[in-house]
Amino acid sequence: MDDKLLIAGREFTSRFFLGTGKFGNKSAMKEAIIASGSQLVTVALRRIDLEDTDENILSFIPENTTIMVNTSGARNSDEAVRIARIARDAGYGDWIKIEVINDSRYLLPDNQETIKAAKILSSEGFVVLPYMSPDLYVAKALVDAGAAAVMPLGSLIGSNQGLKMRALIEVLIEEITEVPIVVDAGIGRPSHAAEAMEIGADAVLANTAVADAEDPPLMAQAFAKGVEAGRMAYLARMGQQRATARASSPLTGFLYDE
Amino acid sequence: MNKCLSGIDLAHLTIDDVRRIFSHDDRGLLEEMAHAARELTRRQFGRAISLYAPLYIANYCENECVYCGFHASSKIIPRSKLTMDEIDRECAALAATGIRSCLILTGESRFHSSPQCIRDACVIAGRYFPYVAIEVYPLEEDEYRDLYRAGVDGVTLYQETYDRARYDELHLAGPKKVYDYRVEAPDRVARSGVRHISMGVLLGLTDWRQDIIALFQHVRHLERTYPGVEFGLAFPRLRRVADDEHRYIEVTDKEMLKIMCAARLFFPRAGISMSTRETPAFRDRIIEFGVTKMSAGSSTRVGGYVEGASDYDDGQFQVFDPRTFDEVKAMLIAKDFDPVVTDWRNIVNS
Repeated sequence: MDDKLLIAGREFTSRFFLGTGKFGNKSAMKEAIIASGSQLVTVALRRIDLEDTDENILSFIPENTTIMVNTSGARNSDEAVRIARIARDAGYGDWIKIEVINDSRYLLPDNQETIKAAKILSSEGFVVLPYMSPDLYVAKALVDAGAAAVMPLGSLIGSNQGLKMRALIEVLIEEITEVPIVVDAGIGRPSHAAEAMEIGADAVLANTAVADAEDPPLMAQAFAKGVEAGRMAYLARMGQQRATARASSPLTGFLYDE
Repeated sequence: MNKCLSGIDLAHLTIDDVRRIFSHDDRGLLEEMAHAARELTRRQFGRAISLYAPLYIANYCENECVYCGFHASSKIIPRSKLTMDEIDRECAALAATGIRSCLILTGESRFHSSPQCIRDACVIAGRYFPYVAIEVYPLEEDEYRDLYRAGVDGVTLYQETYDRARYDELHLAGPKKVYDYRVEAPDRVARSGVRHISMGVLLGLTDWRQDIIALFQHVRHLERTYPGVEFGLAFPRLRRVADDEHRYIEVTDKEMLKIMCAARLFFPRAGISMSTRETPAFRDRIIEFGVTKMSAGSSTRVGGYVEGASDYDDGQFQVFDPRTFDEVKAMLIAKDFDPVVTDWRNIVNS
């Protein structure tokens, strides 16, 4: 089945993206990436130790994996832009997950500042994938700002609550056709990932649920399969769920009464 | 899930719940809290524990805090302050151990450790450490702003106790005697732009229940007022409580655990740090239940890193965990934690 995901001209055969934080050790992280077949991982610039090569997180990321640096720690667009520039100058490429959080209790993204950062960074040639609270107007503004994908949160970061934002994400999937929709945050189970893909998301990004598992590589694999199953179901155009059984005499039957 | 016998929902603790938890000795509930706190910490922070070390640049102090080894009238403590060159060498020695996060400390003396002096020390430290925080006397908002722009990312400031009468009794003289100037300092820090504020009380000065509740209320209020600031908590405890003269109250290990778990459940995202005042055995156990930050290889003596020893009787307080940075790291790895050395990159504050 030829079903490649295209972001900013780059092809991905896996639609599962993995965050690299929260793992007990970097070897487990590496095994999880390999086991899942993920081709895109996010890394927080703040965790990259330029001086220490032994423990450098980047040396644990398999070759040919696209590294997307996130702007974790940025409280406004200005800080996000500075973090992105440092990442590029340090040689970590142009792919940036914009994460602007000015709320330390819930870690909700600041959509307005995210739009500002997306505008600036796109104009500087970065490939930007902004993390956002699902909102149609914001998603459109991000597309206008040059975002390569839009990444709505499924539920609060680290909550493992799944697709609490489903209805709003469905609106984005329906209306934003220019760029892929990647569901990020709150995806706590492979079945959540499958659900996101079933409703038509283009990819899913997870971290906590994999890193926190007893066996992270096995869980990473389970997520990849969940994503794959959901994608296949979406492509197969599964039948809609019906709340009640259809009455045997149809409501519109009168139209055809002879 | 998380519904305990007493009807307390650990996933949504209120301050009244915390009050009830503190006033009851319920072994089953504490067990439930420990599970919930551990689970929540793992979900929010994974297995990462950030490591940092304190760096004392001076120990001149005008305050008379009866519980502190550095108090003004103490004749036992040799007073000293580091020159800028010495600070540079001290930073180099500390950075050579592998530490990347540094907490600059000094006593309260605008004469010996002026804000300008602290600022200069932080600029030097910024050349060695991607993350620099300070634990110094309370400053004016403009002074904090100046420090922020010079690269300071965090401010640690403990109120010691929220019991005003007791505060007055324990702080005999010096600028620290003014309770309000200290209690209002976190607001000034938050307005200055500094991203992290670490707060706490010194356990043992008065009834810990009242103090912890007051601390939680204070931090919760600040969190609502300044949502962009990351708040941290610490629960240092007085170790020599045999001193009847000052009526210290011992806080037991069990109570410490209860405080730690309550803090995690009430502030799911707050950093919680564990100091070297605790013994290795206790530190290694309690780390599971909410700790996100530990000091390691600490010296509380001015110039302690160049001199190369970590545990001194004439430091500000006795270090109970003498393990080196590498030993603490090894312990964390053995317990399946990820010792995080680099957790910030200075992005030039403005």
